[in-house]
Amino acid sequence: MIPVPAAVQRFPWKLIAILSSIAGFGLLVLYSAAGGSWSPWALQQGVRFLVFLTVALVIGRFNLKIFEDFAYIGYIGVLVLLFAVELLGFVGGGSQRWLNLGFMNLQPSELMKVAVVIALARFYAQLPPGSTRTWTALWPALVMIGLPAALVMLQPDLGTALAICIGGVIVMFCAGLPFWWFGSTAAAGVAALPILFSFLHDYQQKRVLIFLDPESDPLGAGYHISQSKIAIGSGGIGGKGFLNGSQSHLDYLPEGHTDFIFATMAEEWGLIGGLVLLGLFFLLLRWSTRVALNARTRFGQLAAAGLTMTIFFYIAINLMMVMGLAPVVGIPLPLFSYGGSSMLTIMTCVGIVLAIENDTKKAGGRFR
Amino acid sequence: MFRKKSPPITEAWRGMTFTRRAMLVGGGQMVIGGALAARMAYISIIDNDHYVLESESNRVNLTLVPPRRGWIVDRRGKALANNRVSLRIDLIPDRLHDKELVLGQLRTLLRLDGDAMERINRDLKAASGFQPVAVAEDLSEADYASILVRLPDLPGVAPQRGFARNYPTGAAVGHLIGYVGAPTAEEYQAANKDPLYITPGFRVGKDGLEKYFQPMLRGEPGAKRVEVTARGKVVRELDTTEDKQGKTVHLTIDADLQEYVARRMGRESGAAVVIDCDNGDILSFVSMPSFDPNSFSDGISSSEYSWLRADDHQPLINKATRGLYPPGSTLKPMAAIAAVEHGVDPSERHTCIGGYRLGSRFFRCLGTHGSVDMATAIMKSCNSYFYWLAHRLGYDAFAPTAKMLGLGEEFQLAGSNQRYGTIPDSAWKMRKYDQAWSASDSLNAIIGQGYVSVNPLQLAVMAARIASGRKLYPRLVNRQFRNDPLPYSADAFAVARHGMDLVVNGPGGTAGRSRLPLDGIAMAGKTGTAQVRGLNTGNGKSGSWRFRDHGLFVCFAPVDKPKYAAGIVIEHGMGGSRAAAPVAKDFMTFLYDREKAMEALESFEAGWGGTIKERMDRDYAAWKTGASSDPDPDIPQ
Repeated sequence: MIPVPAAVQRFPWKLIAILSSIAGFGLLVLYSAAGGSWSPWALQQGVRFLVFLTVALVIGRFNLKIFEDFAYIGYIGVLVLLFAVELLGFVGGGSQRWLNLGFMNLQPSELMKVAVVIALARFYAQLPPGSTRTWTALWPALVMIGLPAALVMLQPDLGTALAICIGGVIVMFCAGLPFWWFGSTAAAGVAALPILFSFLHDYQQKRVLIFLDPESDPLGAGYHISQSKIAIGSGGIGGKGFLNGSQSHLDYLPEGHTDFIFATMAEEWGLIGGLVLLGLFFLLLRWSTRVALNARTRFGQLAAAGLTMTIFFYIAINLMMVMGLAPVVGIPLPLFSYGGSSMLTIMTCVGIVLAIENDTKKAGGRFR
Repeated sequence: MFRKKSPPITEAWRGMTFTRRAMLVGGGQMVIGGALAARMAYISIIDNDHYVLESESNRVNLTLVPPRRGWIVDRRGKALANNRVSLRIDLIPDRLHDKELVLGQLRTLLRLDGDAMERINRDLKAASGFQPVAVAEDLSEADYASILVRLPDLPGVAPQRGFARNYPTGAAVGHLIGYVGAPTAEEYQAANKDPLYITPGFRVGKDGLEKYFQPMLRGEPGAKRVEVTARGKVVRELDTTEDKQGKTVHLTIDADLQEYVARRMGRESGAAVVIDCDNGDILSFVSMPSFDPNSFSDGISSSEYSWLRADDHQPLINKATRGLYPPGSTLKPMAAIAAVEHGVDPSERHTCIGGYRLGSRFFRCLGTHGSVDMATAIMKSCNSYFYWLAHRLGYDAFAPTAKMLGLGEEFQLAGSNQRYGTIPDSAWKMRKYDQAWSASDSLNAIIGQGYVSVNPLQLAVMAARIASGRKLYPRLVNRQFRNDPLPYSADAFAVARHGMDLVVNGPGGTAGRSRLPLDGIAMAGKTGTAQVRGLNTGNGKSGSWRFRDHGLFVCFAPVDKPKYAAGIVIEHGMGGSRAAAPVAKDFMTFLYDREKAMEALESFEAGWGGTIKERMDRDYAAWKTGASSDPDPDIPQ
């Protein structure tokens, strides 16, 4: 047997296999969505995946201490960027979500999903255990979540604002804050739903209403959901076969390569393809949840749990949307949908979780 | 709020709490993941059939192919209406998003004129939803291709390769056949929203035989299944069902005669009906001037339509059945039959002194004919003789015979819309005016004036019934009628036919100039001149066209063994012998010697300025440039 070098052994091969399987499957679907062509999507997405995978592996090599030390600075930096975007949008007369850095468009709200989780993890890691049930444990966290969420809502980007909130709240939950705080907040939230609804933009309100009754507008805004369900439902168990999806190839399915890529996949690969993809996502989330449970430091625990939730939130909301269980909010399917921003976020999450895993391995086990 | 006394919080407690809660979150994620898997399984297994169907109805677009319309042919199978290939461009209002841009492009590409644009805009306004609006038909391959290549930039434009109705003889069959047109919104509703009715290129009969035989002529549409994108672009054809052509309608018409008669009418306004004396077949059914049914079938422009409406010769009215005229002297053979049946001896003579005195009034004759018997009175069209008969017998003795010979009768005739006129009698006048019939009413009626009015079809039927001695029923298609012998004596028919023979062939007959230029075949007839203005006012021979007398002629040929009978009316032709009889002479000649008849026609047409189509095209062009058409046509003779 050939001895494997230690450096190669240290590579997280299992994780790379999971990520590559998801992204590779995505490339096949993008190839089909383009009518059986590597351009314009599949090739670019493939290159992008390789770049971001490398970035994730590099991030995974960083000392976890660095993330902990720079947690607040990073959070404040991203918050400033969010303000800057908001101001630019105000000056430019219209809503703007990204900053043009010359070589790429940076979407600070994407970075915020990660930054808020790291900053909160740092906050609760430093918090003395005795203060867990005090006001001190609550208000800084609420400000840290509320500020960016409000800014993102102004853009307006409901999906990302929700993702920021969920990531933050899960960190608070795992930090051991009293259970009834969450219970009563959830109850109050449900009660306040109509008021929140009135804050939404017209088109967002319409999407929610159409989600509640898609048949009311089959050719208008309900069109997305109807066509997506037709694509998934007509795929059946085994699908229509690779390159044979009529819904996507004849343009009935809108956004078939981005937000609704799952429907494109399901039409050609059927229920089997869907279950395979769900299984791959399960493996990814199981890995990061295990990292959280085994993490050596409290910061690592909380950060891994929060980042896992951020990844899960993407997957769950996107799948609910394409299956007609949630309104159309414009959240892509991680690693699968065509697009750079979401992949950057997810790979950053994966990279940090990897760093936490490495940190635990180096120390030879859990801190306890 | 109730709160339990908490145990002291330690690092260990915090670690345990984290593990519990992280596993709770992980568990929650798995539950949601499981729910998503279940949801997907539900959609793709339980609802699979439903969504497969919806996906198919998305992907596949069923296009109806309008059926080819059945032909309408004459007695020998020659086409009066058939189909020709037509390249057409339609607009689908619902898909037309930028109307101005698309119309502007089409206008430039297809060189449409203002008329066409006006019609398209009018149709677009009237169109409902997906009802297509024809932009242009009969495009050249080049024009058609120029649209095809720009199709992606022209949403709402639908090119079609289909069939169009074609009438080879054009205006000659306008009033006989009618025309077809795109179905209206009402017709679509009436057909229970049959999708065929909103398919581009589908036509329904709008008038005449086209309308009457619509169910037969329609046929069954074909279908084309095509795969389309969400934007309506055709990706490929899946399969096609052929259309089933409509059934052929066989008419009794003689297409050649029909065209000849129509052409021979020249610039005149009038009607001529020719009937086969053996079985009542209508051989020719002409009303001129006419419209060109080809124009209607392609969607007539408003300018062409107003040109037709503005013409004082009324090309839109079918004068053969809708035109009512005082029959004038053409009723005299009928009167002779009635008189003989009432015991008048045909050889009994009456002396014409240039008129007839009834009390204090003097009823004029056109001449002073001296002593005349019945046949001579017919030959010379002596009014005095018939005034004398009418005064003696009363018109109630004549009216039943007039009706028996078809006057005032509405015939069951395919696709025709008839005005059947009046044959008055004392009961009628009492009913209508609540007045007693007077002797002067009888005198007016006996010479076909006064209350009497008939249409040209009735005149032809009368001629055919006198010629055959049977109650021939006119027909356009092969329907069986009993055609029983008329209940009149051979003597009565003999004197009427003899009188009519003399009119053309006798010494000094009123239609002597219209003797047939044929060996062994002679025509019998009776002229009539119907005054348009009241009796004894103006002479009806000059002045403006509108006030001139109508010229009428009834005839049959050959005299000895009648085969063809006809009735002709030339509006404001100034006299039966002058305007109507020569037309009859030429078409009767045509039936026996085509070459001779065509020679005559060609020399006439040279004088009139070409064939019907050439004249219509020129008149229309002149009308469009503002010059009004000549309302005072020359009489060719």
